Amino acid sequence: MKDELVERIENNPKYNELLSKKNSLGIKLGIFVLVMFYAYILTIAFNKEVLATKIGDGVTTIAFPIALAILIISFLTTVIYVRKANGEYEDLVNDIKDDVKDIM
Amino acid sequence: MLRVLALISIIALSAFAAGDASFEASKRELNIPAIIMFFIFIMGTLGLTYWAAKKTKSASDFYTAGGGITGFQNGLAIAGDYMSAAAFLGVSGLIYLKGYDGVIYAVSFLVGWPIILFFMAEKLRNLGKFTFADIAAYRLSQKEIRTLAAFGTLSVVVLYLIAQMVGAGKLIQVLFGMEYEFAVILVGVMMIIYVTFGGMLATTWVQIIKACLLLSGVTFMAVMVLYHFDFNFESLAVTAAERHNDGEAILAPGGFISDPISAISLGMALMFGTAGLPHVLMRFFTVGNAKEARKSVVYATGFVGYFWIIITIVGFGAIAFLNSDAGAAYFVDGKLFGGNNMASIHLSHMLGGNAFLGFISAVAFATILAVVSGLTLSGASAISHDLYSNVINPNATDEQVVKISRITVVVVGFVGVILGIAFEQQNIAYMVGLAFGIAASANFPILFLSIYWRGLTTRGAFLGGLTGLVTAVTLVILGPIVWVQILGNAEALFPYKHPALFSVTIAFVAIWFFSKVDNSERGKTEKELFRAQNIRANTGIGASGAVDH
Repeated sequence: MKDELVERIENNPKYNELLSKKNSLGIKLGIFVLVMFYAYILTIAFNKEVLATKIGDGVTTIAFPIALAILIISFLTTVIYVRKANGEYEDLVNDIKDDVKDIM
Repeated sequence: MLRVLALISIIALSAFAAGDASFEASKRELNIPAIIMFFIFIMGTLGLTYWAAKKTKSASDFYTAGGGITGFQNGLAIAGDYMSAAAFLGVSGLIYLKGYDGVIYAVSFLVGWPIILFFMAEKLRNLGKFTFADIAAYRLSQKEIRTLAAFGTLSVVVLYLIAQMVGAGKLIQVLFGMEYEFAVILVGVMMIIYVTFGGMLATTWVQIIKACLLLSGVTFMAVMVLYHFDFNFESLAVTAAERHNDGEAILAPGGFISDPISAISLGMALMFGTAGLPHVLMRFFTVGNAKEARKSVVYATGFVGYFWIIITIVGFGAIAFLNSDAGAAYFVDGKLFGGNNMASIHLSHMLGGNAFLGFISAVAFATILAVVSGLTLSGASAISHDLYSNVINPNATDEQVVKISRITVVVVGFVGVILGIAFEQQNIAYMVGLAFGIAASANFPILFLSIYWRGLTTRGAFLGGLTGLVTAVTLVILGPIVWVQILGNAEALFPYKHPALFSVTIAFVAIWFFSKVDNSERGKTEKELFRAQNIRANTGIGASGAVDH
C-alpha cells in the first residue's frame, strides 16, 4: 500500500468513525459473551449445587434452560453484529473507498 | 480417475469380505441397508470429486475453491467441520455416560463462534489468502512465522485427525464387523482421493452435503425420542434418571469438571481454540469478501447451536432407551457394544430399525470423511504454501505448489492412519479437547496479536509463539492422560488434564515480553507497517478478491 494512500485513509474521518464504531460494538458484545460464558463455567467450578436446583416439582434442573439460553443468546449476538456490520459499517467502507478512488 | 474408482470398490468390497469372516465373533449381522447407503454416499461423493477435479487447476482453486463460495454455503461447511465425529459420536456418548457434564462440553464448543465473528472473521478474509499464517506473517518475517505456524497447524491437525480416525475405525467395526485397522485404512484412502483430486471444492461440497444429512438425521432422532415422551422433556429426564446408575445426579453438573482450574482451562481451550483451528480458519478464505465472511459465522453459529440442542436430546434419549430391557441387546459383557461413543448409533437402530441405522451410520462415516479431508487439506497447505512456497522455494510455480500439496496429502493421510491405529483406545472427545488446547496456545495468540497489536515484532511472535506451543505440548505430555495412562507412570507431573489456562497465558505474556525487548531495526519497520495492515484488515482495500485470488 502506498504511503500516500495510508495517510489519506488515516486522515479520513469516516475511517476513524468506522474503527471506533466497529471496535466498540465488537468489544461490548465480546465482553458480554465472555462474561455470560465464564459466569456459567465458574458457577460449575465453585458452586455447582446452584445449577442442580430443580424446576418446580420436576426432576429437570435449571442447568438445562441456562445452557439453552447461552446457546440462543450467543447466536443472537452474532445476528446483532452482522446486521450492523453488513449494513452501516459496510456503507462507511464503501464511502472510504470512493474517497480514495483517484489514487488506488 | 475411473481406475481409481474401480480400485476403491475392490478395496471396500474385500474389506467387507474380511468383515464377513469376523462378524460371527462380534455377534453382528450384516446390515444390508447400511451398506447400500454407505455405497451410495461413497459413489456420490466420488462423482462430486470427479467434477471438482476438473475445475481445480490453480493453487487458489486447490486451497480456497477459487474464493467463490457464498456465506450460506460456507456457514454450512464451517458447521460441518465443527460437527465432527468427535462432536456427534463423542459428545452424545459423553452425555450417555455422564449426563449433563456432556452438555457443558456442548455449550463451551459454541461460545467461541461469536468471539471469532467480532474479532477475527472479516480480518482473516481481508488479510489472508490460503492459510492463517498469511495473516500472522503479513508484516513480519515470512520465514520464522510461517515455519512456526506450520508446526502449530500440523500439531493440531494430527491430534484432531487421530480423534476422527479412531471414531471412524470404531464405527465401521461396529457396523460391518470389519477389522478396526482395515476400517482406518479405508477412511485414509478415501480421504486422500477426495483431497488430492478435488481440493477445497470437493472438500467443501462433501462437507456441505454431510452437514445437511447430519442435521436431518439427528433431528429425526430427537423427534422420535421426544415422540415417545409426548414431546415433554421432563418425562424424558425422569426416565433417563431412573435408568442411569447415577440417578438424578445426571441432570446437573457432576464430577466431570472436578476443580475450578480444570473448568476454566477447558473453557479457555474450547473458546480460544476454535479461533485457532487451522482447518476452520482456512474456510474464511473461500468466500468472496468480508461481508460473506461475517454471514458465514452467523449461519455456522445457528447450525451448530441447533445441533447441540438436538444432541442433548439424543444423548438423554440414549440413556432412556439403551438402558432399558429392550436395550440390553446392544450390550456385550455389560458394556455398550463398540464403546460409549456408539450410543447414538445404537439409539438410531432402536428408533428406526436397520434402515435408519444405515442412514445414521452412513452419515457418521460421511462426517468423518468430510472432517478428515478438511484437516488434511489444511495440513497440506501448511506444508506446501507456508513451508514450501514461502520458506524453501519462494520462486515455486503454481503447478509445483499444487504438486507438493498433493504429495503432502498422501503423506498426512498415511500418518493419520498409522496414528489412528496406535491410539485406538483413546477417548475421542478428550483428543479433540487437546487439539483445541494446542490451537488456543500456539495459533490463537500470534494470530490475535498480529491483527490487533501494533507492537508485535517477528522476534516476539516467534519466541512467544514457540513458548506457547512448547508449553502446551509439554504440559499435555506431563499431564495425567499421557504421563500416567499412556506412559504408565504412577503420578502425573502436571496435575491438570487441560493445560490451556497456563499455556495460553504464558504464550500471550511471552509474545508481549519478547516484542517489548525487541529494539531491532526490523522490529521498528514491522511496527510501522501495522498502519497499512490495519487499513486493509478493516476496509478490505488491497485484499485479494474472489476473481484474482
